[in-house]
Amino acid sequence: MRTEELTLNLGPSHPSTHGVCRLVVRLDGEVVTHVEPVIGHLHRGIEKMAENRTYLQVVPLTDRLDYVGSMYANWAYCRAVERLAGIRVPERAEYLRVIVCELQRIASHMMGIGSSAADTGATSAFLYAFAQRDLVIDLFEALCGARLTYNYVRPGGVAFDLPEGWVEQCRSFVAQHPSAMLEIDELFFGNVIARARLKGIGVLDADTAVAWGVSGPSARGSGVDWDLRRDDPYSVYPRFDFDVVVGSNGDAYDRARVRLWECIESCRIIEQALDQLEPGPVMAEGLPRLLAPRPGDAYDHIESARGSLGVYLVSDGSVRPYRMKVRSPAFCNLAVLPLIATGHTLSDLLVILGSLDPVFGEVDR
Amino acid sequence: MSALLLGIAWGIAAVLAIAGGAVIGVWWERKVAGHIQLRYGPLQIGPAGSLQMLADVPKLLFKEDIVPSAADKPLFKWAPLMVFAPVAASLAVIPFAAGWAPLDTSVGVLFFLAVPSLEVVAILVAAWSQRNTLAAIGGLRAASQMIAYEVPRALSVLPLVLLAGSLRPTAVLGAWQWWWMPLLSIGFIVYLIASIAEMNRGPFDLPEAESELVAGYFADYSGMRWAIFMMAEYGAMIAASLFAAATFLGGGWPFGGALGTAAIVLKAALLITVIMWVRWTFPRVRQDQLLRFCWTVLVPAALVQLVVVGVVLPWM
Amino acid sequence: MRIEELRERVCAMYPDLCPLFSIEFGDGSIAVPLERVHSAAADLKDMGFDRLGMVTAVDRGDEFEIVYRLQSRDLRAAMFLKAAVPKNDPVVPSMCDLWPAAEWQEREVFDLFGIVFDGHPDLRRILLPEDWSGHPLRKDYADDRIVRRPDYI
Repeated sequence: MRTEELTLNLGPSHPSTHGVCRLVVRLDGEVVTHVEPVIGHLHRGIEKMAENRTYLQVVPLTDRLDYVGSMYANWAYCRAVERLAGIRVPERAEYLRVIVCELQRIASHMMGIGSSAADTGATSAFLYAFAQRDLVIDLFEALCGARLTYNYVRPGGVAFDLPEGWVEQCRSFVAQHPSAMLEIDELFFGNVIARARLKGIGVLDADTAVAWGVSGPSARGSGVDWDLRRDDPYSVYPRFDFDVVVGSNGDAYDRARVRLWECIESCRIIEQALDQLEPGPVMAEGLPRLLAPRPGDAYDHIESARGSLGVYLVSDGSVRPYRMKVRSPAFCNLAVLPLIATGHTLSDLLVILGSLDPVFGEVDR
Repeated sequence: MSALLLGIAWGIAAVLAIAGGAVIGVWWERKVAGHIQLRYGPLQIGPAGSLQMLADVPKLLFKEDIVPSAADKPLFKWAPLMVFAPVAASLAVIPFAAGWAPLDTSVGVLFFLAVPSLEVVAILVAAWSQRNTLAAIGGLRAASQMIAYEVPRALSVLPLVLLAGSLRPTAVLGAWQWWWMPLLSIGFIVYLIASIAEMNRGPFDLPEAESELVAGYFADYSGMRWAIFMMAEYGAMIAASLFAAATFLGGGWPFGGALGTAAIVLKAALLITVIMWVRWTFPRVRQDQLLRFCWTVLVPAALVQLVVVGVVLPWM
Repeated sequence: MRIEELRERVCAMYPDLCPLFSIEFGDGSIAVPLERVHSAAADLKDMGFDRLGMVTAVDRGDEFEIVYRLQSRDLRAAMFLKAAVPKNDPVVPSMCDLWPAAEWQEREVFDLFGIVFDGHPDLRRILLPEDWSGHPLRKDYADDRIVRRPDYI
């Protein structure tokens, strides 16, 4: 019997391409022989737009990069600006940044774990994760009025101080979150079908992960013990006691489970940060309305929920960035997909894509 | 002539029963799923949202009936009915009361196993007629899955036939003793799992796998044609549960008469709830795992059950 | 590793390029001639820079500047490697043979700047459609949809 390979177009509009990604897949029966991610459907030219805005006007643009974790892009960009302009950020603002970014990590990982579950058909685990995500989003809404694009971290500090009662609300969230995570661990990661579906799928070994520039939980799932919060400490992270969660097998199961345990570590950090939080200003004093840093270029990066998120800024001394480049972890992580997905089945392909947890606002920029 | 008219009457009754069952089933499934998923499910229309389907059915009826321009139009249009008809037909042999079934035939059990198998052909027709790659993959998955799970399903029903000494469902119900339940427990579980796979529901919903194939073999169907596919799925669930209630679980036992019929329906409803519970708890298995599970676990288990009954039978 | 220490090690390796090593905003950076950028990257990789964090370019007006950010887990250090690229013939050796991570990043630079990477296995546009004309991040790229925001809001 004559057989031929089947070419299948998945996306850009598809329930589990996690945004607008097109996967051109060649199939031999159910087995993927070739896969090519076609990206750029969400390319808005944010790097070009930034060249035509003042430093402060760029902050809302960074919200639209990783729309699941806006706080990170805010912070990475602001750190680069502060480095260029030599701004010293008040201590309370640094603590608030750490708190909101660890909350953001939880919110983003809930999306990652939830979509990993939904990709395998476990819609219930997805909603358990989203219930937790919603609690974080409620905290953010109380803090800055927005549920998705926060525009909260600004060059020099943060936009608002904490509203009344927020610390208690945050503490009660952090108190219940680890047990909710253990529940998801039992419900989904302990399930015999989920184990069969995720274990040994899309194996990425540590050396390949480093060579391909994979970072964040996707690399830590492969056993790459690298976390910028600990290894290139920034802000007030050295003052906190936390563990870097590392997997061992580098499969979809470890990548997803590393995210789950990172949420529990984030809770530890938030608790310590809330304990150490002192009153004080949240915005640097005496900032000009229009920042015009001296000419030069600066790079700064933070550990986002997807990996090392860097912002490279070139200043020509004017009030607008001369060039902004976002080093997007999701973009670099996605590049490894053809390597680890080839040879698996079509069902596994989407599980592997989900385990890399790409957000296409950040991939396409 | 009168047989034909009777057949038409029963056909209409079966369609109405499945349609009514699907309407209640969809509402109940949404409530069950909501309960499992930290949500409420439908709330607004009627008490506990129970009249939600009154709004949903007209919505489906009035939706545009889209036929893809590249589709094979006659097949595309008729395929939903071809999927639905065998399911409706299989209701005919279910004994709803002691000694009574709409079609009380001496090959009833065989009829119940064989007629819904025709659905495979209809699903392939639906999948191929759309000229859609995702649908074609879904159709092929459905075909391999349904043909494979026919085997354990048929094997799991065989012990009943052996014990009753008849292929007539009413005779099976008549011969039923309470100790069949512990004796046939393996067979019952195999029957339940194979039936879930047979009706393409989670965790065996690969042919329609929302997150992979979008909707699989009915990807391009809209409005009422899509609704007929859903009704066929609920119909298969109702038929499989009613059959299990009427045979494995002893029909109306411990009641008789009208109360017995109510007991059958109640037992079937309980089984349907269990099937929904499974659907909303488990992730989806993969194609190779699905087939391996069928041939290496379910078929041997069904054979073991057959041997157990074969050993017990001479002592009776 | 402190930047000064890094500078010493780089200077020991390339005495002639030592004056080109600068420290700016807390980051070390070395600018090398374009023809030496690949060998310098290979040497730095041997020195322990196992990660290619970022590849990008800057339009400096009369020439492009290609910017690599290298990271090392063992040395706990990071630095820039830069080279000037002439605008009339923007060809840069590809780093794909050293770090596969360069593959997509160089495609992005090719897409947005029009810099050609010599030795790249699959140099195509990545973010923009295949039939797009021009390279948007060049400063002379003209598109009337680009709006310059006034600086008072």
